[in-house]
Parts: sequence; C-alpha cells; structure tokens
Amino acid sequence: MNTTLERKEVKETANVENQNDQRSVKISVRDLDLFYGDNQALYQVSLDIREKEVTALIGPSGCGKSTFLRTLNRMNDLIDSVRINGDIHINGNNIYQSKDVIELRTKVGMVFQKPNLFPMSIYDNVAYGPRMQGIKNKKELNQIVEESLRGAAIWDEVKDRLKTSALGLSGGQQQRVCIARAIAMKPDVILMDEPTSALDPISTLKVEELIAHLKKDYTIVIVTHNMQQAARVSDKTAFFLNGEVIEFEQTDQIFSMPKDSRTEDYVTGRFG
Amino acid sequence: MRKFKDNLLLGLLWFGAFLTVAILLIIVGYIFYKGIGLINLEFIFGDYSPVGGGGIWPMIITTIYTIVISLVIATPIGILAAVYLQEYAKQGRLVRMIRFATESLTGIPSIIYGLFGAVFFVTTLAMGMSIISASLTLTIIVLPVIIRTTEEALKTVPASYREGSLALGSTKLQTLYKVILPSAMPGILSGIILSMGRIIGESAAIFLTAGTVAAMPEGIFSSARTLTVHSYLVTQESGDIELAAAIGIVLIVMILALNFAATFISKKLNKADY
Ligand SMILES: Nc1ncnc2c1ncn2[C@@H]1O[C@H](COP(=O)(O)OP(=O)(O)OP(=O)(O)O)[C@@H](O)[C@H]1O
Ligand SMILES: [Mg+2]
Repeated sequence: MNTTLERKEVKETANVENQNDQRSVKISVRDLDLFYGDNQALYQVSLDIREKEVTALIGPSGCGKSTFLRTLNRMNDLIDSVRINGDIHINGNNIYQSKDVIELRTKVGMVFQKPNLFPMSIYDNVAYGPRMQGIKNKKELNQIVEESLRGAAIWDEVKDRLKTSALGLSGGQQQRVCIARAIAMKPDVILMDEPTSALDPISTLKVEELIAHLKKDYTIVIVTHNMQQAARVSDKTAFFLNGEVIEFEQTDQIFSMPKDSRTEDYVTGRFG
Repeated sequence: MRKFKDNLLLGLLWFGAFLTVAILLIIVGYIFYKGIGLINLEFIFGDYSPVGGGGIWPMIITTIYTIVISLVIATPIGILAAVYLQEYAKQGRLVRMIRFATESLTGIPSIIYGLFGAVFFVTTLAMGMSIISASLTLTIIVLPVIIRTTEEALKTVPASYREGSLALGSTKLQTLYKVILPSAMPGILSGIILSMGRIIGESAAIFLTAGTVAAMPEGIFSSARTLTVHSYLVTQESGDIELAAAIGIVLIVMILALNFAATFISKKLNKADY
C-alpha cells in the first residue's frame, strides 16, 4: 500500500517537471530497432531530446550507447550490415527518409572518443568542414576559425600557432580543437562519444566547463562512463541496458531516486 | 643469463644491419672504383660510337622515356584500382580474387611479361620493337606493385580520419581526396619509387620489346636501348667491366635523383592541398 502511494508521488513530480519543461523537442526517437546483421543492438528505443539541453547516455559497456548516438547523424550507414527500423525526427524531419546525409551531418556534429584531428594545421582542421561546404573566402574562413576556436575555449592557447600541425597539441587541446572543428559547421546538435575518456583530469574539467558553456547554443548528447560527469554536465540522463532504454529522466532524479532498480544498481556502482 | 641473451640478440641485430650496409657499400664502392675513371661530360652527353669511346646519352634518354611513359600510365591506373578495391568495392570473393591475382602478378618473372609484350604490343598491335611497346610492357609489370603498395598505404590511414571527415558533412570523394590520399601519400610514393627501381633495373622485358638500337630514338615508336640493356650488351660483347661500371654509376645517380624528386614532389603536393 505504502509503496504504491510513493510511486504515485514520484509520478506526479515527474509530471510537474515535464510541464515546466518549456523547451521544444529537438530530436524525437520512436521505436528504434537497430541490427548488426542478425544481432540486434537496440530495442524499441524511444526518447525526446530537448533543445539546448545536455542529454547524457549512460550504461554498461556494450549496451548500445555509441550505436544509438551514431544513429543520430547516420554514421551507422558506414557499416554495410546495419539495418534500422523506427523513426528519428530532428527538427521535425525524418532523417532516415531524407536522402541527404550530408545536410544532416552539417547540422549534427560529432566529437569522438579519441581526438581525431587530421594531419594538417590547426587552422586547416577547423576550416575543413566549411571549406568542404564550398566556403573559399579567406576573410570568412578566418572569422569562422577564430569564432570556433573561441567557442571551444582554446583560442588563446593556439592563436599563435594556427599554421602549425594540429597533432603537436596535447590530447586535451586536440579534443577541444575537435570541438571547435565541429562547431565551425554551425550545427544545431553536437554528439559526443566519451569525449573525455582519453584525457587527464584537468583537460576533462576544461571540456566539461566547455560543455556547460556550449549548451547555451547547442543541443548536446553525450555518452559517458563517468557517473560524476553525467551528474555534473547533463540535464537529462538516459540509462541504457542491453540495447534498451531502461530509464530516461531528469539527471538529478536518475541519480537521487531512480525508479528502476537496475538504474539504481548501475548509478550506485553495483554493476557495470 | 637473461642479460647474455639480450646482448646476443642485440649483437645479431647489429650484425645483420652492419652486413647489409657493408654489402651495399662494397658493391657501390666497387662500381665507383671501376667506373669513375670513364665518367666525363663526353661520356654522359656524347652519342654512342660503335667503335668505342662514345657516350651513353641516347640510352639515358631512352631510359627516361620508358620511366616516364610507363609511370604516367601505371600510376593513375594503379592508384584508381587500389582506391576502388580498398574504399569502394564490397569486400567479397571477387575482390579477394583480384587481390590474389595482383599479388601473383608481382611474382611472375619479367621475361614472361617480355614475351607477352613481344607478342601483343610488338606484333599484334603492330607497334614494332619500340619505346612504346617496352613502356606498355613495363606498365603491366609495375601496375601490380603500385596497386599493392597503394592498398597497403590506404589501409594504414586510421579509420578515425574517415569518420572525422564524414561526420563533418563531407562526401566520400572529398574525404578521399582531402584526407585519405594525402595521408597515404608517403606509402603511395614509396610504391612509385619501387616501381622506378623496377623499371630502371629491367632488362629482359625491354630487350624483347624495345630492341637494342643504340642510337638516339626519334620518337616513342623508335626501337632503342636503355642503360641496363646497354650495360648488359657491352659486358657480353666486349667484357668491358669498366664501361659497365660507369653505366652503373649513372644508373645509381639517376635512381637517387628520381627518389629525391619524388619525395620533393609529394611534399609540394601535400602543401598545395591545404
Ligand atoms: N560494427 C559493429 N558490428 C557488429 N556489432 C557491433 C558493431 N559495433 C558495435 N556492435 C555491437 O553492438 C553492441 C553495442 O555496442 P556499442 O558500441 O554501441 O556499445 P557501447 O554502449 O557504446 O559500449 P562502450 O561503453 O564499450 O563504448 C555490442 O554488443 C557490440 O558488440
Ligand atoms: Mg561506445
């Protein structure tokens, strides 16, 4: 008897929070199944990601976080065996119905686990995306590069060495240049797959600060194995387990009073 | 004991490296010692004289002709083929078969290619014994080399570069052109350098397709004699080791110069791209 009452209360608070949530839905995922050949990696994933919020994806290794993240910019298309059912709408457009992957990827940027700058100068790395879109004007490129590097809080560290190889930077600096490279495309959404897992604590902190700053302008979806990080940077958290979303809630709720015992076990470190 | 084993291994490694360098130095040293006396402007830039004392300019020109023509044909075809196999083709049975074929082709003795060239280019296509017949034959000889090395070079380009570029909304072609090929360039280049060595060193196949005419070629349809063939013939006809060694020096210098040129060009290309 008691427990039902408690449950009800929890539900009500959640409802109130949902009503307070004025932000519009940026990404809407419905009944998403994904198969690698015969192996199913995602089961009926449905969730709404809101504009200018940070959404964290957590869960044990192999539960499908990266796979899910990569459905949002169709990077899974690169793998021949992948099959997808269900719908993903971004800005109201069904991204798997449109043929234009390029357009999608200019709107949905991605930062990878390991910094993957190209073996070119810092400047050329950041200017790469805009150039591929046909921007040639030097002034315009200069401006984009500076804005993006400032946006990624790395301008002061690299402004005197823009023409030197990007691979000479430290790992943490490289990752922030990767973020600059992504925002040079002026995307709506930035996807990050464990962006700090290869970085030292201080660089990690810088990237986290950056994320907090970026969410003013961008919708961010971040995969992380670090619970504290999820708690620190995100507004909402989705807990994945074996390809399913077990729970998707406000971050503080996921960490303070998860509804599902499996979520609780995971966030309190009992497995994973 | 462990220390002893370590030292022994190190010693063996060292010995191997030393032996390699020593052999190279001895050969090059011997060739220079024997041949340097003959090297002068008249020898390099003079016309061939059948009575002796002439130069080797026609053979140098012929050699350059064969290198340039066969590489100009083989490099783009080879790179395109490798890019197709590595980046575009579905990795199935057909691709495995093509790979196996290219691998086997690199192992076939060049005289076989020479015989094929003599039948196909010289006779069937009626190109006659000529620089072009030889160059086309050489193209077939180095094509598998360029395909293999380019494929290997493409394989070493990290997948993260591809992903990074595609995730920025660039097309597959842009990714290939701006990121993958530039990163693979050193490997591709070493394939081309390897091919140059193969072309310069080739004698049997050229002998069978270009003939041995020791005069300045009038054009690519002339029969002509490359440096290597010349060196073989003078040794065989007159046993003139010194002359052969002098030709050897010219060959070595040419290979070095071509290697430097190739490296230089690739550096320039890389710079120009960005
Ligand atoms: N390219 C692929 N081909 C086949 N199966 C794959 C491929 N990539 C991932 N998988 C499978 O899909 C499942 C989900 O993998 P995914 O990489 O999305 O997990 P993850 O949650 O990101 O794990 P991690 O925390 O270790 O990064 C796993 O079982 C994995 O083996
Ligand atoms: Mg992952």
